[in-house]
Amino acid sequence: MSVSGTLMGKAERSALVTPILDNNPIGVQVLGICSALAVTTRLDKALVMSVAVTIVIALASLAVSLIRNRTPGSIRIIVQLTIIASLVIVVDQFLKAYLFELSLELSVFIGLIITNCIVMGRAEGYAMQNPPWLSMLDGIGNGLGYGLVLVLVALARELLGAGRILGRQVLPLVQDGGWYEPNGLMLLAPSALFLVALLIWALRAWKPALQEKD
Amino acid sequence: MPKLDSTRYTILFATLVCVVCALVVALSAVGLAERQETNARLYRQKNVLLAAGILKPDDKPSTSELLRIFDERIDIGLIDLATGEKAEPKGIDPKSYDPRKVRNDPAMSRAAPANNAGLLRLPNVGVVYYVKGAAGVEQVVLPIEGGGMWGALNGFIALDRDGNTVRGLTFYEQKETPGLGGEIANPQWQALWQGRKAYDANFAPKLTVIKGAAGPPAQDPHRVDGLSGATITGNAVSRLVAFWFSEKGYAPYLKRFREGGAT
Repeated sequence: MSVSGTLMGKAERSALVTPILDNNPIGVQVLGICSALAVTTRLDKALVMSVAVTIVIALASLAVSLIRNRTPGSIRIIVQLTIIASLVIVVDQFLKAYLFELSLELSVFIGLIITNCIVMGRAEGYAMQNPPWLSMLDGIGNGLGYGLVLVLVALARELLGAGRILGRQVLPLVQDGGWYEPNGLMLLAPSALFLVALLIWALRAWKPALQEKD
Repeated sequence: MPKLDSTRYTILFATLVCVVCALVVALSAVGLAERQETNARLYRQKNVLLAAGILKPDDKPSTSELLRIFDERIDIGLIDLATGEKAEPKGIDPKSYDPRKVRNDPAMSRAAPANNAGLLRLPNVGVVYYVKGAAGVEQVVLPIEGGGMWGALNGFIALDRDGNTVRGLTFYEQKETPGLGGEIANPQWQALWQGRKAYDANFAPKLTVIKGAAGPPAQDPHRVDGLSGATITGNAVSRLVAFWFSEKGYAPYLKRFREGGAT
C-alpha cells in the first residue's frame, strides 16, 4: 500500500473504511466470535466492549508499527502480546474507575481482549508492515467493524429477548400487561451464533465478491 | 544500529519493552486506585440496600441518591464477632471501618476457627447494618464471605427482625465461572433466597443450596435451588452460609438480636 503523504489520502481512507464492511473482522474473517457471543445480551455492554476493543486495537497497532523496524523477528509475537496485554489492563483499570458496574458485568471478557484474534491479527498481519498512522487507522477501522456487528447483534438480542433498548422498555411485556412475549432464547449464547451467521449471510449476499469460490 | 537478531540486542529490546509496559500499567493502576476504591465502597453500600430489598436490582440510583438512601435507612453497628456483643472499640469509625482490611493486623484479627468455608482469619470486630423503618429496626444485613471455586465470595444476607427469615442475599464480589457459577450474582437466583429460614426450630443452622430445584419457601424453607453446572460454587455458598450462621459466625450475635439486645 502506498503512502500518499497527506493525513487522509486514499490509502488512509481505505485502511479505515475497508475493515468496516468489505473486510469486516467478524463478518468476513470470522474472528472474535467468542466475545461477540458473550457481551451482546445488552446494547450498553456491546457498546462499551466495542469502544474498549477499538481503543486497544488502535493503540496496539500504533505501538507495534512504531517499533516494527527495531523489533527482533524472533520475539516479535511476544512483544506484540506484551503491548496488547498492557493496553488491556489499562483499559480495564479505566473501566473500573469510570464504569464500575458495567465492568463487573463484562467481567472476564475485557481481560480476554488480550486473546482476541482480531487484535493480534492486525498487529502481526498489518502493523508489522505498515507505517504508524496507517496502522492506527486500520486498527480503528477493524475496531469499528467489530463494533458494528456487536451492536447489531446486541440490538436484536436486547430488543427481542427483553423488549428493551439500552435498558429502556420499548416493547411492553406480557408480564407487565403489554403484548410482547419475550424470546428467552435471545438472551442465551446460541442466539448470537444464529444472528452472526445471518449477518454473514446478508453481508455476502449483498457483496458477492466476498464469497469464496469452492 | 546493532544487528536485529543478535542475542544481546534481543534481550535489551525485550527488557526495554517490559519496563515501558510495566510503567504504563503501574501508572494507570496507581493513578486510578482512589476512584476505584470509592466505586467499590459505593457498590458495597448499594449491595446492602439490594440485600435489604430497599433497592430493586433494576434501580440505577445516582451516587448522591444512593448515599442519601443509605444514610436514611441504614445504621451501621459494630459487634464483637466472638461473643456477639455490641462493640465500641476506640479509634474505629464505623463509617470507614472495613473488616476485610484488618485481617492481616494481628491486633485486630484472629485465626479463624476450624471451618470448611475457606476462611483463614476473622476480624475481631464485625460490621452489621441495621435497616430502619417506621417501626424501628426492621432487618439486619450481615456481611458474609468464603472461598468459591476461583476466588473469594463476598456478599450480604439480610435477615428479618426474627433473626431467621432471609429477606435477601447478594454477592458483590465473586470470580465464579461466567454463565455457570457466576449466576450467583444473578438477581433472579438471589431472589430465590427470600423467605427461606436460616435456622430450624432449635436454632441449628439449616439453610443449604441443593442440587436441583427446591420448593416454595413456605413448604421448603431450608433449601435453595442449585445452579446446574455449578456444583462447586453451590457447595461453596452452602458452606459459607452454614459457617456464618453457626456458633463460630453470627449465631451468638443473632441470639441477642432476636432477644432485642445488641441493637
